[in-house]
Amino acid sequence: MTPRKLLFTVTSALALACAGGAQAETFRLGTSGDLYGLDPHSMTDSFTVSFLNHVYEALVRYDADLKIEPALATSWEQIDETTVRYTLREGIKFHDGQDFSAEDVVASVKRAAHEDSPIRGNIAGLIDAKMVDEMTVDLMLDGPNPLLNNFLTNVLIFDSGWLEEHDALDPIDAQKGEEGYTTSNANGTGPFRFESRTPDAQTVLTVNNDWWDEPQHNLTRIELNPINSDATRVAAMLSGELDMIVPSPLQDAKRIEATEGMHVLEAPGLRAIMMGFNLSGTSNNPNQEGNPLQQVEVRQALVHAISYDLLRDKIMRGKSRNLGGLVAPQVPGYDEAVDEIPAYDPEKAKQMLADAGYPEGFSLNMNCPNDRYVNDAAICQALAAMFARVGVKTDLTAETKAIHFERARANETDMFMLGWATLPMLDGYSVLSAMLHTPEGQMGTWNPGGYSNAEVDRLTKAVATELDAEKRMEMMIEAFWIADQEVAWLPLHAQPLSWAARNAVKIPQTADDKPRLWLARIE
Amino acid sequence: MFAFLIRRIIQAALVMLVVASIAFLMFRFLGDPISNLLPEDATVQDRAEMREKLGLNDPVLVQYGRFIADAAQGDFGQSYRNNRPVSDLLAERFPATAELVLVAAGLALALGVPLGIYTALNPRGWLSQGLQVISLLGISVPTFVTGILLILVFSVTLGLLPSFGRGTVVDLGWWTTGFLTPSGLKALILPAIMLALFQMTLIMRLVRAEMLEVLRADYIKFAKARGIPNRMLHFKYALKNTLIPVMTIFGLQLGGLIAFAIITETVFQWPGMGFLFIQAVNFTDVPVMAAYLVLVSFIFVVINTLVDLLYNVADPRLRAERTPAHGV
Repeated sequence: MTPRKLLFTVTSALALACAGGAQAETFRLGTSGDLYGLDPHSMTDSFTVSFLNHVYEALVRYDADLKIEPALATSWEQIDETTVRYTLREGIKFHDGQDFSAEDVVASVKRAAHEDSPIRGNIAGLIDAKMVDEMTVDLMLDGPNPLLNNFLTNVLIFDSGWLEEHDALDPIDAQKGEEGYTTSNANGTGPFRFESRTPDAQTVLTVNNDWWDEPQHNLTRIELNPINSDATRVAAMLSGELDMIVPSPLQDAKRIEATEGMHVLEAPGLRAIMMGFNLSGTSNNPNQEGNPLQQVEVRQALVHAISYDLLRDKIMRGKSRNLGGLVAPQVPGYDEAVDEIPAYDPEKAKQMLADAGYPEGFSLNMNCPNDRYVNDAAICQALAAMFARVGVKTDLTAETKAIHFERARANETDMFMLGWATLPMLDGYSVLSAMLHTPEGQMGTWNPGGYSNAEVDRLTKAVATELDAEKRMEMMIEAFWIADQEVAWLPLHAQPLSWAARNAVKIPQTADDKPRLWLARIE
Repeated sequence: MFAFLIRRIIQAALVMLVVASIAFLMFRFLGDPISNLLPEDATVQDRAEMREKLGLNDPVLVQYGRFIADAAQGDFGQSYRNNRPVSDLLAERFPATAELVLVAAGLALALGVPLGIYTALNPRGWLSQGLQVISLLGISVPTFVTGILLILVFSVTLGLLPSFGRGTVVDLGWWTTGFLTPSGLKALILPAIMLALFQMTLIMRLVRAEMLEVLRADYIKFAKARGIPNRMLHFKYALKNTLIPVMTIFGLQLGGLIAFAIITETVFQWPGMGFLFIQAVNFTDVPVMAAYLVLVSFIFVVINTLVDLLYNVADPRLRAERTPAHGV
């Protein structure tokens, strides 16, 4: 093909795209990272999976208020303790024209639960799927699982025939060294079809006019533009090259608000930022004998030493929400009494430290990431200064996330920062099982400090299998209450979400920080 | 000449081995890729399995040996982040970086040399003085600042040029090019200027200094005394000798352009190799980082070899000295 001919093809393709609809609405989204690939079963990156949700769908989905609603399944019932039966929606077609049926669900669940599947950890307890008839599927579990639907929002459904045709029934194995067909191709049932993708440059989706659901959006095309650098992303927004950016840097909020025709969308999100303690017998600080943090009174004193309002107003520019508990209000397991924050009182903190046997204070090591959470390193600097005021000397290390989490996990520090959004589970059980249960086997995987309370362990195990929602909630709150009294972790705030958009864009800002463009309109 | 090439190839292989081993030593301090690959609540067992699968449990030396053995066969492994072969990723990104560097280098030469000549011939003119001051700025202001300033002026304020990306590219099968579409060409302008600015000012100052030096040489004075017209004197006799050292520096800087492209590509979201590298660093994607560093060191060696060969061609004295010494 000669260059001229190529040019002609490109321009005529453009002309066709523009002529597609009288009020063709293209949504140009700018994000800080790119998709890892197009296979939602090949990685657990929450941004990738949430964007692929425009193309692929699951049996159930979250609505704008993060409540479960039917999607590819219309109803479900518990057959016995380990079996749940799903009735599928009739008349759905995949983008390539194939009909959606029970076979597809079985193939997709098997693929996600396969022993080589990278997302297996996200659907713990889901073992197998069986076809009952054309439109009915039984899911097999290893025990009663109250969170099955939460898990299923992430098990996106492929067409089994399409998988088979492209030799992709098994998940992509990182070890094989070959590229999976599903990494660069997609065929789902969702509101948008995959059109093209250039990694790190652009991914394009076009509207699926045969979507089963009544579309609330008025988009014809979505262009995803990853822009890594904050400054460039904001500049692209300001210059009108984008309709929306996610995230919008906190420090640029004023600038964007001051620009005509644009606004910033801000809300406290799901992610709770907290500090973890080393609760072992020895401090990691060379100047400290024993480990003062083992005493509950010392940890309580540290809470009194923190001015939550100052952190929110100065470091987080008033955008965060102070948290006294370990989960944000949108997450099941939240309780107002647990969320209460003890008053800021440095004098009382000093007194408590003196009573606990540290009138002169003590020394501790603190570790923070500097590229993971909003203003992470600045928060830790402020904490260190606040602790200094009550005589606690803090040696602060702020470093890149890959190293930070490795150290934190190995309990090589005395206090470390961790953010926990409870995603993809979206339930307090995520915190109970990973962060509060005594470390053993599958439990306590993020409890490197070694917090251990028999009652919390018992409640956690009971919550895991309790199907009565009310009882379950009571037990979760009780466990969180105990952890709160013992200051097992030191919660700080719910991290703010910040998006920026043109005024013409109408989109619900969901607390899980995932833009759902099938709910967006451009007016 | 043949012996020279053989020596160079051996040198290149050594350089690449050393770079790969340094890279491998460095990676141990970059943290654990596992924490990026698995969800935050993954179990200890999941982590152990993943480590085993990726071969991260082996000693560094074994990992290094495996990398070298595979790389020698052209297999750079699989990217952790993209789930795709590293060689495919690099091949995909190479055109973007190559076009950017090509345009930037062309720009630097096309503007740097004439400006250098001008300032050398009119050392006291107000324009020359002004250019000198501006070139000082070009050398001392960090490139990412220039990049962001360019975006601020030409994208945000004037709305003339895109602030990110490559625009529409045309896929030729083995190469994607932005040269064939208006939006592709527009997208090239700002990043190319940002990347070229430092090199341009460097070349301009170098040409000026060399030219002033040459103009003081005896043979120029004799030529002048013979009444050879100024134009011929400057452009035929002086310029030729000026350009020999400029050529060496420029060759070295061409490698620098590829390396500096990392910053430009990050600022402009330019989907090239440098950007791939930065993302690999953030993700601790060891295979991509290792392959990129080895590839860049290879490019450096190739460019330097070419420059040395050109040097032989351009400077007859070198040829004369070398020929008997090496018996070729």
